[in-house]
Amino acid sequence: MKIDPAAIEEAARELYIRALKILPDDIKDGFRRLDAGETDATAKTILATMIENIGVAERTNNLLCQDTGIPIYNILVGRGVEFDGAALKEAIRSGCARATVEHPLRSSVVHPITRVNEHTSCGRRVPVITFDFSDRPGLFEIEMVPKGSGSENGSFLKMCIPAEGVDGIKTFVIDKVLEAGGRVCPPTIVGVGVGGTADLCAKLAKIAATRPLGSACDDPEGALLERELSLAVNSLGVGPQGLGGNSTAFAVHVETAATHITMNPVAVNIQCHSARRATATFTAAGVRYGF
Amino acid sequence: MAHHDLVCPVDEAAIRRVRIGDTVTLDGPLFGIRDATQIHMFDRGRRTRFDLHGHAVIHTAPNVRKVPRSNVYPVGFAPVCIGTTTSARMERFTRPLMTEYGVRIIIGKGGLMDETLQAFRDLGGVYLAVIGGTAALETTWIESIDDVDFEDLNPECLWRFTVKGFGPLLVGMDSAGGSLYEQVRVDALARRAAALARLGVKSA
Repeated sequence: MKIDPAAIEEAARELYIRALKILPDDIKDGFRRLDAGETDATAKTILATMIENIGVAERTNNLLCQDTGIPIYNILVGRGVEFDGAALKEAIRSGCARATVEHPLRSSVVHPITRVNEHTSCGRRVPVITFDFSDRPGLFEIEMVPKGSGSENGSFLKMCIPAEGVDGIKTFVIDKVLEAGGRVCPPTIVGVGVGGTADLCAKLAKIAATRPLGSACDDPEGALLERELSLAVNSLGVGPQGLGGNSTAFAVHVETAATHITMNPVAVNIQCHSARRATATFTAAGVRYGF
Repeated sequence: MAHHDLVCPVDEAAIRRVRIGDTVTLDGPLFGIRDATQIHMFDRGRRTRFDLHGHAVIHTAPNVRKVPRSNVYPVGFAPVCIGTTTSARMERFTRPLMTEYGVRIIIGKGGLMDETLQAFRDLGGVYLAVIGGTAALETTWIESIDDVDFEDLNPECLWRFTVKGFGPLLVGMDSAGGSLYEQVRVDALARRAAALARLGVKSA
């Protein structure tokens, strides 16, 4: 299968707008689960307003949240798929800019030193584009994540040492959830990276934070850790918006990678309750949109 | 737990009656303000032509559409999606907003900290909590964008909105030293040891 850059540009444009407007079904289910288990009156009211907002956004065809985020495009490529990599990057950039200008969307992206906003949601090395590869024949998928800044500012890395063990990892996660409090717009998905190098560990945390609810880490050790941490985080009482209750997080997600004998890194990357993402799957019959 | 329907400007006595746990609904003028707005106002000496005395500011940077100026769109901006950002980054601007401009109400999400609480106590102010991430709903409370200053900072201009039925918003911090955020933070810290024990962490 050969991928046409024009189709990529169109998908990049469509994905940004769709992601900002329609929350994935797994997140909607997550809200229902939290609401059913919440006992705090203020927290119940807040969750009800969040659920109402999802409906208002769909009925008024509006953005769920005013934060258009930092645009991230994750490309997953299967076997036997042909594309021009440079043209693909250009097409994504162009689609992202078109969404911003044509909708219009607030461009939330500025130069890190001058703070100049190009009003295209693009800048140096942004949109963020990542690539991964699958053994599935003919697969070509683009996932778009508009990553909100309130929760992205809840990002932390610690190069724990081996003597700190798993206890060090658990303590770090609990302390960062406490530190972040209501600033990261809870209920959240707490993404945790364990292992790797510093940069891989941070990337794992982002993968974990943007994984669908209900999915589990495919490393059994990571899966156990995420189940334990999910229960522990929701026992802290931070609650929706940091105003109390047991709905602090939809879940804690963990991703792992092997690391060095001298290292024990842990990273936290938090996703807010507006856990937006959208996916375009390219097939011979055309582009199919989903989550 | 009282409910207050407020139209700004409001005076100090009225604000000192508003307490944490109360709710507030706003009608009338509301000013949008953000990181860059306040960096320019307080670090770079820019003065706004707006009179903020007795007014409410909201931590926001809206999605807007440029349209021809008209009676409905007096400054040529139509609202698209207007929501609220995390307040904590703007903690150090609370006191100068109050002393230099007479602001009485700060609206945001996630709460502010000790410096703000002290400024509220000294000068008479409150923090109202918007539920972050519910901007589609919040946008339905905005009637119009009436004016804009520091337009070069778009989207972080100083915006003047007219709002109708903006709320109910929970009072998160008050002028008597009350903060729902601080109460929750202290409670959560007290639960830390039990959470770590549950995770089998030996000594923390």
